[in-house]
Amino acid sequence: MLETKDILETINMIDNENLDVRTITMGISLLDCINEDIDKACIKVYDKICRSAKDLVKTGEDIQKEYGIPIINKRISVTPIAMIAAPCQSKKIAKFAYTLDRAAKELGVNFIGGYSALVQKGFASGDYALIESIPEALSETEFVCSSVNIGSTKAGLNMDAVKMMGKIVKQTAEITADRNCIGAAKLVVFCNAPEDNPFMAGAFHGVGEADTVINVGVSGPGVVRAALAKGGTGKNITEIADMVKKTAFKITRMGQLVAQEASQRLCVPFGIVDLSLAPTPAVGDSVAHILEEMGLEVCGCHGTTAALALLNDAVKKGGVMASSHVGGLSGAFIPVTEDAGMISAAENGYLDITKLESMTAVCSVGLDMIVVPGDITPEVISAIIADEAAIGMVNTKTTAVRLIPAIGKKAGDELNFGGLLGRGPVMPVRKGSPEVFINRGGRIPAPLQALKN
Amino acid sequence: MKAIITVIGKDTVGILAKVSDACSKADVNIVEVTQSVLQDMFAMVMLVEISKSNIGFEQLRENLNQVGDATGTKIHIMHEDIFNSMHKI
Repeated sequence: MLETKDILETINMIDNENLDVRTITMGISLLDCINEDIDKACIKVYDKICRSAKDLVKTGEDIQKEYGIPIINKRISVTPIAMIAAPCQSKKIAKFAYTLDRAAKELGVNFIGGYSALVQKGFASGDYALIESIPEALSETEFVCSSVNIGSTKAGLNMDAVKMMGKIVKQTAEITADRNCIGAAKLVVFCNAPEDNPFMAGAFHGVGEADTVINVGVSGPGVVRAALAKGGTGKNITEIADMVKKTAFKITRMGQLVAQEASQRLCVPFGIVDLSLAPTPAVGDSVAHILEEMGLEVCGCHGTTAALALLNDAVKKGGVMASSHVGGLSGAFIPVTEDAGMISAAENGYLDITKLESMTAVCSVGLDMIVVPGDITPEVISAIIADEAAIGMVNTKTTAVRLIPAIGKKAGDELNFGGLLGRGPVMPVRKGSPEVFINRGGRIPAPLQALKN
Repeated sequence: MKAIITVIGKDTVGILAKVSDACSKADVNIVEVTQSVLQDMFAMVMLVEISKSNIGFEQLRENLNQVGDATGTKIHIMHEDIFNSMHKI
């Protein structure tokens, strides 16, 4: 029989340390829904999503009840819509967003991702129209999430797309200004976007994927922090890394179990487990607090990047043996507004955008959920995207930018979304104009790291 | 299918009897029990067979919760696989 202490440990993790499966995301290919007539294509898209995912929410709830593990979100990711829209003559590409939104509502999922375009090397048919429609799509829908991949290590950075995305992010915030600029919180700009990521807002179903697939994202920053707290301050850094690995292993095993079970019940192949520490604004569910538990007075002080590098690496090492297939983003997330520790560090001036940028070089995502002043220019947004994408391109890793220009607010004010998206102070950006650089357009050539053949 | 019931709380008379009673009414067979009392804190772990249960898993959990409320203890029931996957390689 199992040991009592192990059983009690698991129960304590769930009851007191916010252990959960963050999301079961079903990836659905829409390649067989392509049609020149946008209305016919939308009907096919709606039918396919509703058919494929009809039991997704119920299955998630059943597993949660039977196994006693909280499964927070059930979501859907689809083939980047720019590809589906490519042959459509219609200019009203946003019809696809309305269709996705209706399907999400019908199925009861809380987000649907894939209103996306992959333009790392250039724009193909459908890409321009889709990107231009993003502000409308995110303003008029509730559940749709959008992402644009503007660069990769293999292709370099598409600076025309970078320029365009600065405008789109700003417009999306402006058009949803009456709702706390929520549109921008559903829009991610990627470099090296993963094609099997189950986490929103950046999830989409890559073209190399199977027709349908189940990807699971685990979480548990609270569990890792509690494990370190039990160790006290007497442990050295090697021991800290070991503790994180052991904890990540246990968390991931639970995710693997849920993924296999969901895949079996839905008769959909199991894709990957994403080993991520995804914080929520809830107390005790913060990545910043893990770093502080390691011995930093506050997240953002010198030493934060090193601590985060250790954490990110140990999570992967612990998790990778626990799952048969690992993918997605897999690492520690640092979304500022969604992490109680980061919110407080930012409010008290310990954490700024430049420190966050350096942190993104060693963790799994990027400048995530950062509220910037409403008067920020599109060129500055583009330049922030370019900086972040350059880090991803050179280091052969995923980086993303999800900035929320708080329209009508200035540095020091607060933007409050409520719920999982949390709240955060408006952070100042650096002075000086990158306008000429951004307006040049063109492409940053792929770095030498791309030439591996 | 096997599940694990854990009961944690202040030790009082009859906790084991009340939990066993809830199981027996539901045709849930108790396979193994371990319990420990540390000072006056009581921790009991039961491995139970629920395949032949005459009520659903949700109802069983609800019944056990009522026992927990009545005895001032916290009672969980979870699928055995969770613990196996997390603690055994």
